[in-house]
Amino acid sequence: MAIDAVAAPATATARPPRRGGRGVRGNENAAGWLFVAPVIVILGLFMLLPILMAFWVSLTDWNGQGSPFTSEVPVVGAENYTRLFTEDGLDRRDFMTSIRNNIYYVALVVPAQTVLALGLALVVNNRLLKGKSFFRSAFYFPSVTSSVAISVVFLFLFANSGAVNGLLRLFGIDGPQWFADPRGVLHLVLGAVGVDSPPAALAEGGPFGLSWWDWLSGPSVAMMSIIALVVWTTSGTFMLMFLAALQQVPVVLDEASTIDGASRWQRFRHVTLPLIKPTTFLVLTLGLIGSWQVFDQVYVMSQGDPAKTTLTPAYLSYRTAFRDFDYGSGAAISFVLFLIIIVLTLVQRRIMADRDADGRRSWRRAVRRGGRP
Amino acid sequence: MTTLTDRSAAAAPAPVGGRRARDGRALASRVLGYAVLIFFGLVFIYPFVIQIGNSLKTEPDAAANPLSPIPDPLVLAGFERIFAGTNFPLWLGNSLLVTVLVTLGRVFFDSLAGYALARLRFHGRRWLFAAVVAVMAVPPVVLLIPKFLVLNQLGIYNSYTGLVVPLLADAAGIFIMKQFFESVPVSVEEAARIDGAGVFRTFWSVVLPMAKPALITLTILSFQGSWNEFPHSLVSVQDPDLFTLPRGLADLVSGSLGKGTQYPLKLGAALLATIPVAVIFVIFQRYFVRDASEGAEKG
Repeated sequence: MAIDAVAAPATATARPPRRGGRGVRGNENAAGWLFVAPVIVILGLFMLLPILMAFWVSLTDWNGQGSPFTSEVPVVGAENYTRLFTEDGLDRRDFMTSIRNNIYYVALVVPAQTVLALGLALVVNNRLLKGKSFFRSAFYFPSVTSSVAISVVFLFLFANSGAVNGLLRLFGIDGPQWFADPRGVLHLVLGAVGVDSPPAALAEGGPFGLSWWDWLSGPSVAMMSIIALVVWTTSGTFMLMFLAALQQVPVVLDEASTIDGASRWQRFRHVTLPLIKPTTFLVLTLGLIGSWQVFDQVYVMSQGDPAKTTLTPAYLSYRTAFRDFDYGSGAAISFVLFLIIIVLTLVQRRIMADRDADGRRSWRRAVRRGGRP
Repeated sequence: MTTLTDRSAAAAPAPVGGRRARDGRALASRVLGYAVLIFFGLVFIYPFVIQIGNSLKTEPDAAANPLSPIPDPLVLAGFERIFAGTNFPLWLGNSLLVTVLVTLGRVFFDSLAGYALARLRFHGRRWLFAAVVAVMAVPPVVLLIPKFLVLNQLGIYNSYTGLVVPLLADAAGIFIMKQFFESVPVSVEEAARIDGAGVFRTFWSVVLPMAKPALITLTILSFQGSWNEFPHSLVSVQDPDLFTLPRGLADLVSGSLGKGTQYPLKLGAALLATIPVAVIFVIFQRYFVRDASEGAEKG
């Protein structure tokens, strides 16, 4: 209970002095613990304990038979982790492929959903338009539906004879076989300018067992349809966040800059955008954190195929454990993913906290100067 | 909304000379605005329209005219097969059971804990709240293997217990309730307590009735969350008799159906799984919206 020991002095100093002997407060300590007991049991038993157990399993070679906590289970130490990074082999190739896929996924999903969300919020916030609340609901609705049900719909939309290819045919374009097409988008672009095979310099010798050419594939065509689905479902939530921020922008500022002769773009660029910066940052970081967790859509739509181009770390950890019965490796992948997400979360919380502190400082300065900001 | 009308009122008295140009520009921007709204309205709504239309088509019709929302001929064969040829009714029952239990559990346990963290002074309260905030940051997908391990170890893997109990409390719900209880004036409960009511009595019959808006929000979020929950059912049960709707749907898609793509059936099943959340969304929209925009204000 080292944590208790560290936390205890802080709580002791922070808490106001006990008003001893007040009968009304007498049984609060017991009641407090009684009130939180169910939650402690549930979250402790199904969140904290499992994480500790999984960490142990990630150090073993458990294959799913019997209990992982007996002496018969071979302990391999950090080997499940090192195999992902340093040993050349299928495990590392798959893991690094999943990391590559997820990086491209993040690089497209995060900017696209942020720009789309901001654009939708600006339109829905336009004072001249009627029927905005209907459209606001329409844009938000996909966010609240089941990820599995929506994936089924998109499987149909992107089917070979599906709606998207039907739409493309209206423009005379022959759509690809979305979920059977492992070609990377960057490779396709390079192919269009005549680079069909990897130049000698890129053919081998990239980091972590993948060639530079493989690293530079871009998201596959199949991945693009998952990206389209995710951008479509998440933009609504982020639109609402932007909308809340836009409604906080003081009207006077907008009017003053209009009178000063600022164009619409200038007003957006120099008045609105700086004022909603905290929200933009929040949306970007929430997007970053969320897009490393893509799982449901991959499970339903592609199972990592074609040619492992939609494999993500989250899905790979599931597959390694529950399909290949290599629970140690699966858990190790989970922990690496956990680390990536925790680092992103800590960075976000740190920057948000700094920003809050800055806000308070400038506020205090303003108060000292007699209320003038 | 008042600020919006104020704005347009203030913008109206423009300099006389530039009025015509300005009106023209306003009209143009309004037309553009509607065009953008309608375009994206279609992008966001049309997939659902296609889903409904194609669920009522024959399989060849769905394959030949996927873009058309109008079935020709209109058939209910897809839906008939959902109920006669799949385990859909069973999944529906399981989903209802899980959703009702999880929602009840979350509303009760989260408000108990939220109230304690907001109001009751007990040793370790700050530490506990920090733990709740930390738990909120744990990404659900890294818990897939861990959850399986603990359910397996406790002997409740592949059971209703394993399907329901781990979901009975959630950190985000505790957080929402704590925030709400902190906004309630203390004086009311102090009066009740001085009148001799115990802590639980005060909570149950004085504080909780005042928390109606927060309770509705929590109920809706829990309902939506547990109705749509997929990864947990994936790692907590294996027996097809225990599948919930999302799990059954995923199973249906990954090809346990046999021949053909059977899109009308799949789209119909997905549609039926979406309807309850859609109904709740239409009725309680403002609670959904409030939750999402509060996220922004916190930032």
